[in-house]
Amino acid sequence: MTLLAVERIKLFTTRSPWWCALIAIVLTAGFSALVAGAAPSTATIDVATTQFGYQFGVAVIMVLAALSVTTEYRFGTIRTTFQAVPGRTSVLIAKATVVALLSLVIGEIGAFGAWALGYAIRPSDALALDTSAEWINVAGVGVLFALAAVIAVAVGILIRHSAGAIALLLIYVLAVESLVQLIPTVGPKIHEWLPFNVAEKFLRGAGGAVQGPPPSDAVLSQGWSLAYFAGIAIVLLAVAIGVAKKRDA
Amino acid sequence: MIEASGLTKRYGNTLAVNNLSFSVATGKVTGFLGPNGAGKSTTMRMILGLDNPTAGEVRIGGKRYHDLKDPLRTVGALLDAKWVHPNRSARAHLMWMAKSNRIPASRVDEVLDVVGLTTVAGKRAGGFSLGMSQRLGIAGALLGDPEVLLFDEPVNGLDPEGILWIRKFMHRLADDGRTVFVSSHLLSEMALTASELVVIGKGQLIAQSSTEEFVARAAENTVKVRSPQLPVLREALVRASAQVTDAGEALIVSGMDSAKIGELAASANVVLHELSPQTGSLEQAFMQITGDSVEYHTGLEAEAQQALQPTAR
Repeated sequence: MTLLAVERIKLFTTRSPWWCALIAIVLTAGFSALVAGAAPSTATIDVATTQFGYQFGVAVIMVLAALSVTTEYRFGTIRTTFQAVPGRTSVLIAKATVVALLSLVIGEIGAFGAWALGYAIRPSDALALDTSAEWINVAGVGVLFALAAVIAVAVGILIRHSAGAIALLLIYVLAVESLVQLIPTVGPKIHEWLPFNVAEKFLRGAGGAVQGPPPSDAVLSQGWSLAYFAGIAIVLLAVAIGVAKKRDA
Repeated sequence: MIEASGLTKRYGNTLAVNNLSFSVATGKVTGFLGPNGAGKSTTMRMILGLDNPTAGEVRIGGKRYHDLKDPLRTVGALLDAKWVHPNRSARAHLMWMAKSNRIPASRVDEVLDVVGLTTVAGKRAGGFSLGMSQRLGIAGALLGDPEVLLFDEPVNGLDPEGILWIRKFMHRLADDGRTVFVSSHLLSEMALTASELVVIGKGQLIAQSSTEEFVARAAENTVKVRSPQLPVLREALVRASAQVTDAGEALIVSGMDSAKIGELAASANVVLHELSPQTGSLEQAFMQITGDSVEYHTGLEAEAQQALQPTAR
């Protein structure tokens, strides 16, 4: 508990997490308003349509999470931290936990904000949350943000430099996963197992948004998709912590 | 209190610290002296468990750093004053450190007061001058009211006022009965602050003794002689197995006192124009002792030699 409080103080006493949180919420919710507002009045939009802005929000969340680690390396405070608490495993788990919790909250605010905006703009469309799939589609965004944050923390620990870690994460999330599909024959097969594609499957299941990107081609069920994504986050974090323990601070 | 045994750190092919063993006594200020690149900071990081030694170990009061419970309460350290997030306030910086070792928040204000930063406690640390950063670092080191304090080059880059403040501060800490281990590359600085010395060069132990002893041994006395018959005198001195160095129109003789040199000159019928015993400066002595172990040689030594003997020409 002490360590969670320490990481909470560290996270909230600098400005960048606040800015990242704000931007993530605005992007996630703003896209919903944009789509809902721009859709022709003859068309109807569904809950999934209000939610796909999360793809931009998650990129910002990963920047926030990576920065929470890399700035510590950049300014040497990671050394002060390891000096105060020599058990590196517990320190880094505490950091990942705090960042994940913050991301969860940001994700939920963003997702429900997006849904509420959609509902307000298109009150006549069927946007009420009355199936469990729709609930997962909205509430799941926070969970996805939290796990993505853990992945970004792990990458931050491994790479240690802000620019490198952020570039890698953003290029991967925004480009690499979809570009893999272009590889002949094996491309689509690999794409089915790439983490953020699988995470998308967890959110939306097999259904696609009426207005927006097509459904994920991942083969896992919704529940297993979540487990797979969480597993990748935890394994990456474990590897990163293992490396940090061996390395000189 | 601090016990290093066989401490070794290897980075690739370079041996930063080589089989270093020393001990730091309780309740004294011990200086950790060595030229730049001698391995002082690496050793300090190993004491704090930040770098893993390739071989050997350090114990603090019999325990390894990793086994200390709430280590800030036992060991306070200032390795680098810049290890602060520039956008975090001084108080917030100390607050998370205090929290991590279950130190009450009231202690934060106490140490801020001790180092005189109370008025700027809410300002972002990135705007601090070097002297203020150094004070903030010291506040962090004092936070847990530790018995042992480690400082790495605390006076580096400070103005005279800052240096004086740090010097007085070290004395005060020692008067409180705390163990202080402070590194520096300046023997003259250490002669003023430390009562014990651990001297290293190229990662190896050169000496461990009291400062007085080291200074006496280090400041080797030489004699300067001038004579119109320099070659004859030099030959006589070398034959009498004294070490002779040329210094322009004079000779610097070591390993022989002035009386003996005078007698030698008389018996060789050499006229002397000057026969003066020289007490070496601390810097000179330090260079002599660590001379072979400086990692990156520059022309500094020769330059210093010249600057120190303006009358030689």
